[in-house]
Amino acid sequence: MSAILFDRIDEPGLNDIDTYERRGGYEALRKALAQPREGLLEELKASGLRGRGGAGFPLGMKASFIPGADIDKYLVCNADESEPGTFKDRELMQKNPHMLIEGMIIAAFTVDANRSFIYIRGEYVLQAEVLEQAIAQAKAAGFLGDNILGSGFSLDLVLHRGAGAYICGEETGLLDSLEGKRGNPRLKPPFPANQGLFQGPTLINNVETLATIPAIIRMGGSEYAKLGIENSAGTKLVSVSGNVQRPGNYEIELGMSSRDIIFDLAGGPDEGREVKFWFPGGSSSSVLTAADLDTTYDFDAMEKAGSMLGSGAIIVVDDSNSVVDVALTLASFYKHESCGKCTPCREGTTWTVKMLQRVQSGEATPMDLDIIASVQEQIIGNCLCVLGDAMAIPVGSLVAKFRPEFEAHIESARERNGLGITPPAASEEPVLSL
Amino acid sequence: MTEVTRFTHGSRIPGWDEPVDPTKAAAVIPDLANTPVPTELREEIQAEMAKYPVFRSALIPALHAAQRVHGWCSPEAIEQVAAVMGITPGEVAAVATFYDMFETQPVGSQAIYVCTNISCSLRGGPKILEAMRAAADGDADFNIRAFECLGACDMAPMASVNGEFVGPLTESDCAQIVADLKSGGEVLAAKQLRVRPCADQAGRVDGGQTTTSEVTQ
Ligand SMILES: Cc1cc2nc3c(=O)[nH]c(=O)nc-3n(C[C@H](O)[C@H](O)[C@H](O)COP(=O)(O)O)c2cc1C
Ligand code: SF4
Ligand code: FES
Repeated sequence: MSAILFDRIDEPGLNDIDTYERRGGYEALRKALAQPREGLLEELKASGLRGRGGAGFPLGMKASFIPGADIDKYLVCNADESEPGTFKDRELMQKNPHMLIEGMIIAAFTVDANRSFIYIRGEYVLQAEVLEQAIAQAKAAGFLGDNILGSGFSLDLVLHRGAGAYICGEETGLLDSLEGKRGNPRLKPPFPANQGLFQGPTLINNVETLATIPAIIRMGGSEYAKLGIENSAGTKLVSVSGNVQRPGNYEIELGMSSRDIIFDLAGGPDEGREVKFWFPGGSSSSVLTAADLDTTYDFDAMEKAGSMLGSGAIIVVDDSNSVVDVALTLASFYKHESCGKCTPCREGTTWTVKMLQRVQSGEATPMDLDIIASVQEQIIGNCLCVLGDAMAIPVGSLVAKFRPEFEAHIESARERNGLGITPPAASEEPVLSL
Repeated sequence: MTEVTRFTHGSRIPGWDEPVDPTKAAAVIPDLANTPVPTELREEIQAEMAKYPVFRSALIPALHAAQRVHGWCSPEAIEQVAAVMGITPGEVAAVATFYDMFETQPVGSQAIYVCTNISCSLRGGPKILEAMRAAADGDADFNIRAFECLGACDMAPMASVNGEFVGPLTESDCAQIVADLKSGGEVLAAKQLRVRPCADQAGRVDGGQTTTSEVTQ
């Protein structure tokens, strides 16, 4: 397979516009500007590209929701990349910023938006510097600003740095943050495509999604769709981290075996260690075990396996780790990042952490596991945005799949604390239903 | 160094359980003419405001600038941002308290964020945090914080040192980082993210045409 997003990504000077143009950069933009908007929309739809930010919503369909009316429209690039385990956008922005900028100009032209923003997480200092310079170069070359390449289309692009909040990756939280507010998600509908930034129709997409657009225009949508498999077209950047020997970003064709990604590409766990469980799509995805390693890596297969492709971040946990520690680290993260706007998430994450701390310290009984499980169930589907679910699903899956280990941990920790052996096994019914 | 203050009652709403003081007058928008603001800071904030169709969008960039000048989002810094932007200090404080990178207490000037999220903790992140604190040895100039995933799990365990990402770190690197900062030199030059090659490329031949799995098949 030839690389598309990572094509010679380490070539020195690729972040410079001259090198990018020498390699054929901004050709797709010229091609796009010469086409009618409907034609471009058709290409995007034909590509079958599904959003790379987490939800996997088809790009072409989302773009088609933007109304044609003659009002101020916006394009926003979601470069918040805060999902634990995810670091693909970082490498793209740092090494090939013009590919993102070119994709954004084409996307903005397609939906007729004249203002665009890149919302980059505040911690990405180097990447923001690179992008700032690239934007200046693109402006100087006439790819941004008024009347781009004589097409009559104008576009302003502003790089906006966030300041550290995972919830600002959620699209409506991001929009509030971009408006200079606390990053609290909004109730949907209205969806951003109708009423987004400054109340205007807004197309919001992930870095990788937008950076793929030049390739789609260059190759043609239907040609791009031949990459990957049905329902999961194209190539995907996969961030592999945790207990593997060669952690990093890999570009794969969707539909590859997960085992090949984790073992052939990323080197698998250290000698003598085994995969205990793994998150296939960032820390918000339900965990899979060694038995699921042969699942192919694509949207449908991951859903069928009971998890999700998410942001394409594989976190591998080997058998040297305690499942209790992982669950607690996970829950503490979501507790910290909960924006506090709705109760099931704010309280649910807080209490899950407290209960897991009791499990860890040995004050819990197996009954607490039932309560933890039932709290997760109460959270799922009851929150304003999916941050609550993003904790409840993986934590719930850990408790469900590794319950004996949780119980053994509780027992040994209780004994260590001199609390005596555990009371008889918990009743079927959760005692406390919240 | 105390544990990083994650709001003890959960989520990003500090102070929700504290009573308001009814005798205190409501804060008004400070008058720019009567509020001393360093000229450079004022100009920077105004330049940011001009970038957006609605000026309020410049609040986060303004707070970044004010924090750079004042060292933290002090009441004075918040007052100045409010005066330049023409909004109340309350609105500014509400935003400043929401985001992790804004310091709402005075802190040291050397910001070290040690990632303790999942991928880093699988590779010893919490130990690095401990070692970093030990290396700084209580020096008030060092602001060492446990941080959530910084988006560089490929170099786990890692830290952001004044914005520069470094990793994978060993415990002995921590002393080096502190020494580098004290001497004003570059931090762990060989372990910086900016020099790290893409993992994907190692397995490709012909300038990115073939993947490892194809080679091995
Ligand atoms: C809590 C939460 C955090 C998210 N973080 C990100 C993020 O960091 N980057 C991102 O692209 N999408 C993130 N998303 C998904 C966005 O809401 C949105 O679906 C995405 O930006 C759409 O872009 P796409 O269609 O190109 O995938 C997050 C969603 C939630 C609920
Ligand atoms: S689910 Fe959590 S993060 Fe989302 S709006 Fe509710 S409290 Fe905020
Ligand atoms: S978990 Fe540490 S950088 Fe992602």
